[in-house]
Amino acid sequence: MDLTDVYRAEYGRCVATLTRLLGDLGLAEEAVQDAFATAVDTWGDEPPRNPGAWIVTTARNRAIDRLRRESTREARHAQSLLLHQPDDEEVGPVRDDQLRLIFTCCHPALSPLAQTALTLRLLGGLEVPEIARAYLVPEATISQRIVRAKKKIRDAGIPYRVPEAPELPARLASVLAVLYLVFNEGYTATSGELVRTDLSREAIRLARALAELMPDEPEVTGLLALLLLVEARRPARVGPSGELVVLAEQDRSLWDQELIAEGHELVRRCLRRDQPGPYQLQAAINAVHTDGPATDWTQVLALYDQLIEHQPTPVVALNRAVAVAEVHGPALALAVVDELDLPHYHLLPATRADLLARLDRTTEAAAAYDEAIALATNDTERAFLEGRRARLET
Amino acid sequence: MHYLMGVRIDESELPYPDAEMEETFARVGAVNDEMKAAGVWVFGGGLRPSDSATVVRVDQGSTTVTDGPFAETKEQLGGFYVIEVDDLDQALAWAEKCAEACRVPIEVRPFEGIA
Repeated sequence: MDLTDVYRAEYGRCVATLTRLLGDLGLAEEAVQDAFATAVDTWGDEPPRNPGAWIVTTARNRAIDRLRRESTREARHAQSLLLHQPDDEEVGPVRDDQLRLIFTCCHPALSPLAQTALTLRLLGGLEVPEIARAYLVPEATISQRIVRAKKKIRDAGIPYRVPEAPELPARLASVLAVLYLVFNEGYTATSGELVRTDLSREAIRLARALAELMPDEPEVTGLLALLLLVEARRPARVGPSGELVVLAEQDRSLWDQELIAEGHELVRRCLRRDQPGPYQLQAAINAVHTDGPATDWTQVLALYDQLIEHQPTPVVALNRAVAVAEVHGPALALAVVDELDLPHYHLLPATRADLLARLDRTTEAAAAYDEAIALATNDTERAFLEGRRARLET
Repeated sequence: MHYLMGVRIDESELPYPDAEMEETFARVGAVNDEMKAAGVWVFGGGLRPSDSATVVRVDQGSTTVTDGPFAETKEQLGGFYVIEVDDLDQALAWAEKCAEACRVPIEVRPFEGIA
């Protein structure tokens, strides 16, 4: 394991724990960055057995040194917090640390984009360019949002804690959106290889913790079910030479049956509760995909019809169009797709290209593939689209 | 931490009918008492409309006094509270009660420092 892997795996956990220890997010981040800088100088080829604990301990000591040199009121306050923490158990990762941090990052006093950017940066350990690509906005916008959000957390006194019962449901929507985005970033990494398993696992881990904390929130259960059912298909999603395999061509025997069983059970629990919401509906769609030897597209389309009522966005409409193609044919689906306005989203021209190819409109299909290839940022997806385009000419 | 809760009012709707004002005073008074009982109250009060405002400027030793508020906008500060609580969530919870009582939006801002 090299330092980059350790950074990716441990950054969020370390920042979350240090934020608890120091009572300040900015100080925590600085301390963790200090500790990683020290690691570069001292680890050599042999990282310590528990790199996360090493980073937290080093960061804590660095923070104490730094605070001793400073004499502001905040510094004295943070120092007294640090010195009164019992050492061993508290320095180790605590289950709630990341949950506390995620509720802080997703506080409604921050703008929605800042919430997600901050969570991806602090908990996911993503770099600014990756977040910018996930959001289709310039890098400067993201770094500015992150700086501003951290300043507001500190200046406005946004607390570092899990909200109490009465406030909890209201805080939930943005937390769920953020977890879903982190999962998707891991599932379709915005650059380089297609899949970044650690981010998806992290999102599932956080979703599980959230589901445990809020067993009576159907949308939390729905999100967890959705993530599990998508994750279950991961082993079949990439072929032997790293190529993308679409759902219809996937080897279903590779799917993770344990995750599927767990996801189906959660979807059934949601159905019994009968308070549908966007995540539960998407989970139900994925339950249909993973039920039996082939997808029942009529059921999928019926669920998308429900979903689009809850979430009337162009991305949902695009996904619904794929189901329309299966149930009513590509011509009808194309008419739906042509109505959509989704600039810079490569899956729009990719879907158009597929529908045009099925209608034997080869020249237009090739042009749409070219457009999709130019917009795709992920190597694996680009290779997949190039393969599809090449198939047109044979 | 100390927070300012600024009451934003639309002055084009002034004056409010007397009966409405009385009800508002009663509701606001109850929340004020609640804040005092909870020990978060520092100071607060309603302001006369912004046409009663006067601006004083000192520039290179010479003083100018002019009529009116800084900005002639519809939205003006109608009153404010200063409270002392632990964090923003507590401030927002009080702001919610005040906004409900005043039936207008409340802007919550942390103090940089308190003299």
